[in-house]
Parts: sequence; structure tokens; C-alpha cells
Amino acid sequence: MTPHPAKGPSAGGVGQRLLRHRLFWPSAVLAALLLGNLAFTHDFFAVHVRGDHLYGSLIDILQFGAPLILVSLGMTLVIATRGIDLSVGSTVAIAGALACEHIAGSSDPGSVSTVLGAVAVALGGAVVIGLVNGTLVSRLGVQPIVATLILMVAGRGIAQLVSDGQIITVTSSPYKMIGGGYWLMFPFAVLLAAVIVVLTSLVTRRSALGLLIESVGGNPAASRLVGIRAAGLLTVVYVFCALCAAVAGLMISSNVSSADGNNAGLWIELDAILAVVIGGTALTGGRFSLGGTVLGALIIQTLSTTVYTLGVPPETTLVFKAFVVIAVCLIQSPVFRAKVLSRRKPAASRQNAPADDSPLPQEVRT
Amino acid sequence: MSTGIAGVADTLARPFRAPLSPRARTRVPLVVTAVLLVAMFAVGSARYDGFFSTQVLLNLLIDNSFLLVVAIGVTFVILTGGIDLSVGSVVALSTMLTAWLVERQGWPLFAVIPLVLLVGAGGGALMGWVIHTFEIQPFIVTLAGMFLARGLCYTISTESISISDKTTVTIAQTRLVMPGGLFVSPAVVIALVVLAVAFVALHHTRFGRNVHALGGNETSARLMGLPVGATKVAVYAVSGLCSALGGVLLTFYMLSGYALHAVGMELDAIAATVIGGTLLTGGSGFVLGTALGVLVLGMIQTVINFQGTLSSWWTRIVIGALLFVFIVLQRLLGGNRKSTG
Repeated sequence: MTPHPAKGPSAGGVGQRLLRHRLFWPSAVLAALLLGNLAFTHDFFAVHVRGDHLYGSLIDILQFGAPLILVSLGMTLVIATRGIDLSVGSTVAIAGALACEHIAGSSDPGSVSTVLGAVAVALGGAVVIGLVNGTLVSRLGVQPIVATLILMVAGRGIAQLVSDGQIITVTSSPYKMIGGGYWLMFPFAVLLAAVIVVLTSLVTRRSALGLLIESVGGNPAASRLVGIRAAGLLTVVYVFCALCAAVAGLMISSNVSSADGNNAGLWIELDAILAVVIGGTALTGGRFSLGGTVLGALIIQTLSTTVYTLGVPPETTLVFKAFVVIAVCLIQSPVFRAKVLSRRKPAASRQNAPADDSPLPQEVRT
Repeated sequence: MSTGIAGVADTLARPFRAPLSPRARTRVPLVVTAVLLVAMFAVGSARYDGFFSTQVLLNLLIDNSFLLVVAIGVTFVILTGGIDLSVGSVVALSTMLTAWLVERQGWPLFAVIPLVLLVGAGGGALMGWVIHTFEIQPFIVTLAGMFLARGLCYTISTESISISDKTTVTIAQTRLVMPGGLFVSPAVVIALVVLAVAFVALHHTRFGRNVHALGGNETSARLMGLPVGATKVAVYAVSGLCSALGGVLLTFYMLSGYALHAVGMELDAIAATVIGGTLLTGGSGFVLGTALGVLVLGMIQTVINFQGTLSSWWTRIVIGALLFVFIVLQRLLGGNRKSTG
């Protein structure tokens, strides 16, 4: 895991280098899953043009996967700082509830200005959520898991409060556009997600921001000593994560034209964490891969689609996903690799298993 | 970190900090909680008819006995500096397993209960073993456990299973009457016994000292030759066992098994522990404080019930806010003992 693409000349030929590329395994798994689906659904890869938009299973996966891609994107940066954000599911619910409440309460639900107002209200709510999480983590030094757990559970109550315990249904064609509309033949949600992913990777990889985030995640104390304003950076990352979750919440509620405080974004936090980990971002922080995360999110969405196709009760996929999380984390754990895999290739694992000389107490890493 | 809010916090906390010994400082949240409990009871008694009675206090115990048992288990884990997010789901799985075996499979209740407890303790021990052996963060392992248990509920049944088994119903309806027409349920007695056992285990045994030492500083504990691994596995097993027992008590309380029982109970349990004065970073805490924390949470629920105009989701919001306040309070009083950026 976490193979470094630049291993030097010893890495061997092109095939070897391809194998060692950090996006190789996520891509291979995604390809295998898609091919596997072909066995059940013969026209799985077919993409038709119907009316003015594209239509097909692959497009469905992209469209339904767009919210997860966004939530995972925010989660990636949070995890890169050694944190975790459990409140994303609640943020999804709150954003949807705020937007739908705004539209349902306005005199002209169908107008573009109303919808823009609703989007602004939802994003504003997300900024507040992000600030609360970020402040608890960065200024007060509360463990991220506990800081975000508060809003994970209380947030659903807040979403209920906003919607008064009801499922708010809205009819507004501009709002429907966000999650269910099409633009230039493509689902609008996919384009929106793509734009946000590209912008995020440009900002993090073409400026020093990504490096700073990785530095804070790698060693917060050292980063502070070299003059990185870690607290501010952490807060920004949590606000960004909440904003991503809010956009995902807008997509989800727009797609079904309603906001459900109890069920919107339910259990999406596990999916997002799973996507990030599958994508090769280590939970111990210090480095991240946005491309890997997008692939990870697509893998999970494909898995969900597969489960629906197979007719398995969707709730039971929780069991399956729990096993995948543990398996992926075990494979990433240096200790596990040293203990279990070393029997096969002792030399290799000794080289890249630094676990034994870092007896850090567990809580420092969480 | 000595900038921003933390800096302000330092300044604010200075007058408190100077005269208090570190030992006394950890007790401040406990005192605040006790005052809060009395104040809430006083305000409730002043505002609502029928609030000021011993039975209202006993009902607090009856309605929260399962939470008390679960929170006691969580206290063990938090004392070691770990966290267990799976407790709510394990409670749900226990109600589901009990209801399904008793109702659908016709097993005798007294064979089912030990089995359920074994499943809970075994699951907890397994999580503890993975956490310790492979050095994976506790939250990710217990988060996976949370989803696994919740998913297993659905594989048993996606519907609620209500219980009509005679033994179970009889036990559920038993009232232990005390002088003056007051009564409690058997669950209260069980919860209080668990509390007593936990108190003795944490404060008067070698195991308890190991738990505290592990939470204080794991590296030191290891260097001192304490059985770090065994202790870690044991606390997660205790937490699993307590969750399973809490689940059994909840089954009696609800007389049903359902996959959506106890959603969010992990927050309640962690909140009760923190409000009761246990440090989230581990090493210091009071299991009797946890009981006090559970009573505060129950009191919030009671006040909201008596108010009548407030919806049930306010409970969660208030508990979240209260947890927020107490975490901030801990940081103010505890200073920057351990920064986990």
C-alpha cells in the first residue's frame, strides 16, 4: 500500500512501474467490478442518447455517485490532517433541510433567485458547522472523532428542527436541476462534482496548500515550529469538508425534490471514509490522493449499484462494507503487513515497515 | 497552542487554576454536574405540577437503566484513552438477537441471555484484539463494528420483532415495590449492581489500576511491565458485554427487537461519561460520575416530556450542546495536558 510512484531505477520496467503506481489498484478494482457487472447485465456498458441527454448504467453510477465523490473529497483533506469528520451525514441532511425550507417558504419557489438564495442558506449553514468542528479540533485540541461526533448525532436533531420533523417536499425546476438536471448532455450533478474536484486538485497541488495540509497531518508540532499556522489551516479544512457535504446534500435533496432530516445522507460518513482509504490516503494523515478518492467513491457507488442489481436487501450491504473497511485498514497497517505478509517476502516488508521503531501511543494518532 | 481561543481560555481559567491541585481540578466537572442535576430538578419542581416527587427520580432510573449500563462500559474504554462507537449498534443487535431467538426460534429466555452477553463480550474482545495487535485506531475499528452490528440487525429482520413470550413479558412487567408505594424495575437493580461492580473493579483492583495507567501514558505503562495488550482487549470486552447487557435490558423495556433501537446511543453514553468528569484523553475519571451524567441526560428528557410543547429531537440537540460545553470546560480546566492536533 501507499506505493511511491518514484521508486527509482530499481522499480524495473514499465509494467513494474504501472503496478507500483498509487492509482493502479483502485483502478484495477473498479475495472474488475464494472466487468463483473457485465456478466449480470449484458448492456451494462451501453450509453444511449435519449432526447437531449445521455442515458445508461455508467451515467447512473456517475450521477448517483456525485454526492459521495464530493463528501469523500472533503473527507480526504480532513483525513490528510490526521483528522476525521463524522458529521458529514448530518451536514448533508441539514443542508437539504435548510434549502428546501427556504424554497418551500418563499412566495415564488420556481424562480432562480429563490434557488440561489436556498443554496446560499445551505452553504452558510455548512460554514457554521465547519467552524464549530474546526474550532473544537484546532483551537481546543479536542480529538476530531469526538468533536465531530457531537454534530453527527445532534445534527440530525437540528435537521428535524429545521424541517419541523416533516419531510419537506418542494416543486422547483431550477432546484431540480442541481441533482436531477442535465446540461450539455451530462447530468448537472456530475459536471458540478467534476468542476469542484478539478478546482480542489488545482488549488491543493498547484499551490503550497496541499503540502501545508500534508505537513500538518504528518507532524502538527513540527509544522507549527516551522511557521505554518496549523490552527487556521485545520479550520479551513473542516469548513471545506462541511461545504462539500452541503453541496452533496443539495444534490441528494434536489434529486428527490424533498428533504428528509432522518434519512438524507444516512451512513454516508462510512462510505466516504471507505472511499478515502481505498483511494490510498492513509488514516494516519500526512499524505493524500484526490484521484484515488474519486476512484474509491466510484468503486463504492458501483458496489452499491451491483448490490441493487443482484437483489440483495440494501441494508445488509452495511455488513459487507464493514468487512471491506477492516480489510483495507488491515492491509494499510504496517504492523499487519509486517506480521502477516513478512512470511512471504521478509526483505521487502522489512524495508517499508517502519512500525516497530515508532511505538507511539494510539491516542496520539487519532 | 497558546493563540486564539486557547489563549483566552488560559487567561480565563487562570483564577480557577491557581488555587486548585490537579486532582481537585478533575473533580470540578463532577461538581458542576451535581449542581446542574439539582438545579434542573429544582427548576422542574417549581415549573411543573407533579415533578417534585421521589417517583419521578425513580422513573429516571427506570427509563435510563440500560443507558447507565452501556455508559459504564464506555467509561472503561475512555479511561484507557480509547473510544467505542459500536455500543449503540451492539445494543440494537442484542435486542434483535434476543427477540428473534425467543420469539421466532422459541428458545428459552434464560438460554438466550447468556448467549447474547457472550456475543457482545466476544465482539468487543475481537475489536480490542484488532486495535491492539495491528495498531489500528480504535475509532475506525469500532466504527466498522458499529456498521457491522447494525447491518447484522437487518440481516436478521428489517422489521421490528415484538415479544409476546410469557417469561419475558412477566419479567418486563415486574415492579419491585418499596415502602410508600414507590417502585423500580428489576433492570434498575441490575444496573446498580453493575455500577457497584464497576466501581470496585476500577478503584480497588489491579485491573482498575492498569486501566488508569494505560490511559495516563501507554508508553510508560508498557515500560513498567503492565499487561497493555490484555488490558486493552479486556476494556473493549467489558464495553461489549455492557452494551449487550444494556441491549437485554432495553429488550425488556421495549418488549421488542428492532434494528433502529438505540440509534445515537454512542453519543449519549460518551456524553454521560464526559459530563461525569472522565477525561476524553484517558487516565482520569469516575464511574460514579458517569451515573450522575446519565441522570442529567435523563433529567433533560424528563423536563422536555413535562414541558410537552417541545419535540423529542430537542433531547439530542440539548445533549449535544451539553457535551460541547463540558468538553470546553475540560479543556479550560485541564489546560493543554495533551494536545492531539
